[in-house]
Amino acid sequence: MTKAPLFTKEARAISYVSGPLIFIQNVKGVSYGEIVRIILPTGEERTGQVLDISKDIAVTQVYEGTSGIDNKDTRVRFTGEPPKVKVSIDMLGRIFNGVGKPRDGGPEIIEEANLDINGMPINPSARDKPADFIQTGMSTIDGLNTLVRGQKLPIFSGAGLPANKLAAQIARQAKVLGEEEKFAVIFVAMGITYKEASFFMRDFEKTGALERVVFFMNLADDPTIERIATPRCALTAAEFLAFEHDLHVLVILTDMINYCEALREISTAREEVPGRRGYPGYMYTDLASIYERAGRVKGKKGSITQIPILTMPDDDITHPVPDLTGYITEGQIVLSRDLFRRGADPPVDTLPCLSRLMNLGIGPGKTREDHRNVADQLYASYAYGRDLRRLVAIVGEEALTELDKKYLKIADEFERQFITQGDENRSIERTLEIGWQLFTLLPEEELKRIKREYIQKYHPASKKG
Amino acid sequence: MIVGGISRISGPVVLSEGMRGCRMYDVVKVGEQELNGEIIRLDGDQAVIQVYEDTTGLKVGEKVINTGVPLSVELGPGLLSSIYDGIQRPLPLLAEKTGSFISRGVTLPGLSHGRRWEFRPRVKKGDQVTGGDIIGTVTEYHLEHRVMIPPFVSGIVREIRSGEFTVDEPVCTLEDDTKIPMLQTWPVRKGRPYQRKMDPDTLLVTGQRVFDSLFPVTKGGTAMIPGGFGTGKTVAEQTLAKWSDTQIVVYIGCGERGNEMTDVLTEFPELLDPRTKRPLIQRTILIANTSNMPVAAREASIYTGITLAEYYRDMGYDVALMADSTSRWGEALREVSGRLEEMPGEEGYPAYLATRLAAFYERAGRVVCLGSDERKGSVTVVGAVSPPGGDFSEPITQNTLRIAGTFWALDTSLAYRRHFPSVNWIKSYSLYLDQVQDWFATSGFPDWKDLRARAMYLLQKEVELQEIVQLVGPDALPESEKAILEITRMIREDFLQQSAYHDIDSFCSLEKQYWMLRTILSFHDRVDQAMGKGIPLAKILKLPVKTEIGRMKELTGIDQIKSLITQIDGTISALEAER
Repeated sequence: MTKAPLFTKEARAISYVSGPLIFIQNVKGVSYGEIVRIILPTGEERTGQVLDISKDIAVTQVYEGTSGIDNKDTRVRFTGEPPKVKVSIDMLGRIFNGVGKPRDGGPEIIEEANLDINGMPINPSARDKPADFIQTGMSTIDGLNTLVRGQKLPIFSGAGLPANKLAAQIARQAKVLGEEEKFAVIFVAMGITYKEASFFMRDFEKTGALERVVFFMNLADDPTIERIATPRCALTAAEFLAFEHDLHVLVILTDMINYCEALREISTAREEVPGRRGYPGYMYTDLASIYERAGRVKGKKGSITQIPILTMPDDDITHPVPDLTGYITEGQIVLSRDLFRRGADPPVDTLPCLSRLMNLGIGPGKTREDHRNVADQLYASYAYGRDLRRLVAIVGEEALTELDKKYLKIADEFERQFITQGDENRSIERTLEIGWQLFTLLPEEELKRIKREYIQKYHPASKKG
Repeated sequence: MIVGGISRISGPVVLSEGMRGCRMYDVVKVGEQELNGEIIRLDGDQAVIQVYEDTTGLKVGEKVINTGVPLSVELGPGLLSSIYDGIQRPLPLLAEKTGSFISRGVTLPGLSHGRRWEFRPRVKKGDQVTGGDIIGTVTEYHLEHRVMIPPFVSGIVREIRSGEFTVDEPVCTLEDDTKIPMLQTWPVRKGRPYQRKMDPDTLLVTGQRVFDSLFPVTKGGTAMIPGGFGTGKTVAEQTLAKWSDTQIVVYIGCGERGNEMTDVLTEFPELLDPRTKRPLIQRTILIANTSNMPVAAREASIYTGITLAEYYRDMGYDVALMADSTSRWGEALREVSGRLEEMPGEEGYPAYLATRLAAFYERAGRVVCLGSDERKGSVTVVGAVSPPGGDFSEPITQNTLRIAGTFWALDTSLAYRRHFPSVNWIKSYSLYLDQVQDWFATSGFPDWKDLRARAMYLLQKEVELQEIVQLVGPDALPESEKAILEITRMIREDFLQQSAYHDIDSFCSLEKQYWMLRTILSFHDRVDQAMGKGIPLAKILKLPVKTEIGRMKELTGIDQIKSLITQIDGTISALEAER
């Protein structure tokens, strides 16, 4: 049992209620960012957090929403503490709500620590360089946009595109070559539907992975403002598991767009000067405080790898949410409606994809010496082939040179053989092999991005003879 | 000492009462934890303070202590290879003190005050000295660290010492009893003085073909690199930090990724400066204020960085400063401005954004330093800009465009096809072309300007031809124009593309750049001639020498490239003879 504090400040002092905010009057000794308990006349208790304090007013956001709060009888109690979450190794296999309370009907966890959900920034000089190649079994990721342990690599999706399927497949297949240990997965749902959440649950269940997963669920019908706390609670748990229990943690956050909507709601209620599309000007900093909680720390075995999923409104990659995300994360995996319609599975549009840490995880001793060259060459050839498609639409295929026709062919085959893989779990060797098979469609002198010695060593033509 | 009390807290902005008598930009200690902050507005009795640390847990009524000094940095031996946060706290020491995560209320000096340095005097008793004069030297790694009389101090040397000292111990005493230690402190928001500015006329050699050969920047010049995410701003900044031919590099990670700083920290000690053959880290100072670190310290980090750069400039060195990214700095300004409830300008940025940006970039330059020996030093500033949605019409890009001398526009579509550096050759420009022309001429490349002009002409022509191709297909073009398309493809792929990770190609000497470009252009000349004699283009393009040109990047010897020109002539002549 927690000890009762010596005295608590409790008062009927709400003067103004607007949207998710309440203004509390005549406060003394309230600290910035502390948690406030709000007791409704009905006896219901809610939680809020102080956003702004001056001499006599404390502006407080209420996580569960303000409906039912009045400015006469509702009482508030200041706790004097920042928002915290109880963490323990026993969280694995459990389901929590958006602020870290069990929602699976099970008992409260026995806490090993009670931590501030805002965490603290990792000292850049204490960070360890991410270097371990994660084999996700997906050619478009492993081959072209390699994920490494400690990276944050979001999936940019569009409404109706199978981002969840891709994320689940990654979570299922991800492994570090040469290591038996599987990832612990922290699954963070923010404003997604029950259907989407249960898809993940079933998938984890099917593969027997449930006992390695912690769920933090704030579903579409849960309080919006709670979403502000959800990823922070989850990442606090992730940091605890990674840096206190030496686990390799994979955090899947879905859907970041809903998180940003909640942020916008609060900002509007506070009457702040809006930035682009009404999102607050500090959204970059706010998102960074989530995404930057990935990585490795010197002297600790564990790591945090993040895969946030976000739905680009109207498939627009320049929308503020994907845009700011892309500026913070270490690359992005982009899904394309066009490829989806053509039947590519997963419909990963490789051209706008990127993994900034790829070079740290590939090469001799990690994947294979020709990996970088193969990836560059595939990119260059496919990009050129895609350009030609546009040309063909205007002038017809006959107008192309022989060489250009070959490029057109390689672009088609690339989508059919390399991108599309369905449920197959491909090893990195297999991925590179498919790449080399595609290169046989081109004359050898076109393979400018590949070192000669690799061509001699790996090109199917030179292998045979 | 003025002590006030907190009256309001809103994110990184704190209001304090009872602060009458404080000066603008004085550093204050906020609350019981003594968080570092800076006064940014005075209003009667009240002071508005931006706090460099997370304000969670502060209470109204807690005390605020004015230190009476503006935000300053410590200057002296020991700066090189350091990594600091935005207010010059050494991050490794911070980690030792508080662990892997940054906690609050810790004050640490920028320099080690315990370490002793071997000081060798250069002046003697009775010498007249004035601000900027070098009184002695210290060896900092391989660099001669010149200990100077602080600006605005002058007098006659009464005593000069020699031997090992800490930075605090006086090494020189003047007749008026002024004691001069190796340590200087300087307020970051104020540029360090110099005698006069000079026109920049020397090329900053970066070893990157698209920069040096097409869009050069000078020592003491300013350059901006705008680009959407994933276009390679950071890689470009890091490449410049690696290969620029300056003695000192200051790298500011301003509101960017933590893992990137780790990358620099682990890579730079291993890489060697191609000129001095010493580890790159020994000439580098890193300022890391990552995106999740407090936003007000991010605002300060730019000034901290440039003050350190100016200090080495004052010794007579060339310094390159990389700021990645100035947009995050602008956003920090915007956030603080928003909390102050100032009237917003464009896109919520404060109206003084342009003034602040200009003031920062103007601290770059090539100068005659203070002191009587007329030595020259320079600070080159390269600022990355991260325009939202890759749209260059936003305020930070536009305001920087008005000041920066070189514009390296990064292009998303080039990045998508992995053409790196993804500098768009049509949009980019350099205002220093005329200034560096003489420099190129005296460095042995008299026809650089013509070669460049010709390459640019061809690339421009390519855009026009591509438009036609898009309409009617490539077959409709005459042979000579098809040849142009082939040549520009070679310029793009075999010259402009340069891998930052290739063991040979990551650094390309100016001489090699020159001969590579010359080879491609002389191939063009020869193709034109041959076609005039009726040789079909397709036949020439099949020549193995074309593939050889494509492999020029991997060559190390200049002679091998030069011999390609003879080879081109030989094989094409053979074709002509066959006919």
